[in-house]
Amino acid sequence: MGKRVGMEVAIASAEAAALCRFDVASVYPITPQSHVAEHLSDIVADGRVDASFITVESEHSALSSAMGASATGARVVTATSSQGLLFMGEVMPITSAMRLPIVMIIANRAVSGPINIWNDHSDIMPMRDTGWISFFADNGQEVVDMVIQAFKVGEDRRVMLPVNVNMDGFQLTHVVEPINMPDQEEVDKFLPPYEPFATLHPDKAVSMGTLGMPEFYTEAQKSKNVAIVNSKKVILEVWEEWEKQFGRKYEPIQTYLTEDAEVALVTMGSMGETAEIAIDELRREGVKAGLLKIKLWRPFPFDELIKAIKGIKVLAVTDRACSFGGPGGPVFSEIRSALYDVPKKPKVVNYLIGLGGRDVAVEDFMDMVKRAAKGKLSEPYEFYGVRG
Amino acid sequence: MTEKKGPETWQEINPGCMVFRKGSAAEYHTGSWRAKKPLWENEKCIKCGVCYIYCPEGCITETADGFFEANLDYCKGCGICAHECWPKAIAMVNEED
Repeated sequence: MGKRVGMEVAIASAEAAALCRFDVASVYPITPQSHVAEHLSDIVADGRVDASFITVESEHSALSSAMGASATGARVVTATSSQGLLFMGEVMPITSAMRLPIVMIIANRAVSGPINIWNDHSDIMPMRDTGWISFFADNGQEVVDMVIQAFKVGEDRRVMLPVNVNMDGFQLTHVVEPINMPDQEEVDKFLPPYEPFATLHPDKAVSMGTLGMPEFYTEAQKSKNVAIVNSKKVILEVWEEWEKQFGRKYEPIQTYLTEDAEVALVTMGSMGETAEIAIDELRREGVKAGLLKIKLWRPFPFDELIKAIKGIKVLAVTDRACSFGGPGGPVFSEIRSALYDVPKKPKVVNYLIGLGGRDVAVEDFMDMVKRAAKGKLSEPYEFYGVRG
Repeated sequence: MTEKKGPETWQEINPGCMVFRKGSAAEYHTGSWRAKKPLWENEKCIKCGVCYIYCPEGCITETADGFFEANLDYCKGCGICAHECWPKAIAMVNEED
């Protein structure tokens, strides 16, 4: 049953892709994703996977050539970060519209400016509406598991969509963690070879990336939306299968001590682990606090959210990205909107935290919960810890 | 707009809007976009084929006697053929002329 190893998470994410026997890696290096790119290149150069590594001149080309490779029926992995993801942004809606199940490992990093290479979620948030399935990992183990799950979900004939796996830059990518690395036979059993719906082939006519005139465009968008909404059923199936085979449970929203909680935090990504410790501390102080960790960002788990907030009076949503001039952070506005029609809903407040790599300590999360519980927030959203 | 066969409902859209029929692009008659059409004056034409080479739509063909003509079902009236024709054998004229 696998092997417990101490491994840098960025390296481990590439190892997970190797276990999936990718055919093509098309990657352009960028901090803090570079170790993923380098290690995928090493894996191919060492002949550990029968694959091609496409060296490209930019992220735009990385995703474009990944799509070309995927259209021939190859299993394709790519990876990026921050500005690189924004540069891929022009191609991303086309990947999902063409229903190519590429897996993208994202080392989440703040976008410029000011120039900042550290971690937050301002790179993935503008990509929210590109039609990709989005997973968020808490730790290195989840990164490895989610990369393998991503291929299975994306390639399912009922889904056929690209998937991105979000891991926090530096906080996860550059940290050596104990990881239970599945072995090759286990992954082969879980993930069958990719059988594409259609491939570019000289003997079989197919046009991909066709023109959609006004009389078809609306139908095309509806069809893509139905595909991603329906993908949740497959994601749940794949996670159930994963749990059966590997014993690790995945849920769209993982709850921690929410059963009797009156106030709860919401996190996405690696800060969930720090927040857990804060919840433990608060419980010791007698505060009925809980935590919701969102693992599935797209398709958004509306039903699971409504189930998870039962009995909670105040929900303190943390966001790692700004929506300038908007209603608050993107996670907050999503959650508040999702709860609008729920009769018994909590008060929802918003903290913008950990922007551009700013540390968020256990005490900070405790403070957020306490102030939210007392209703002592002067604004609908707050730049937590901002000076001045 | 030119009539085109295609899916009626979103359920009929193939995944990825893929099209499995060969040559379906030919069913879309881009000629309806045209404001002016090319008119060849064969007395000036030296049969060099520059119009045929430059036509971005690929709708210019050589006739049996070696001159050239455009398929007006697809000619968008861009005028590149007339612009490139150095003996000035092509004029862009109004549809009714």
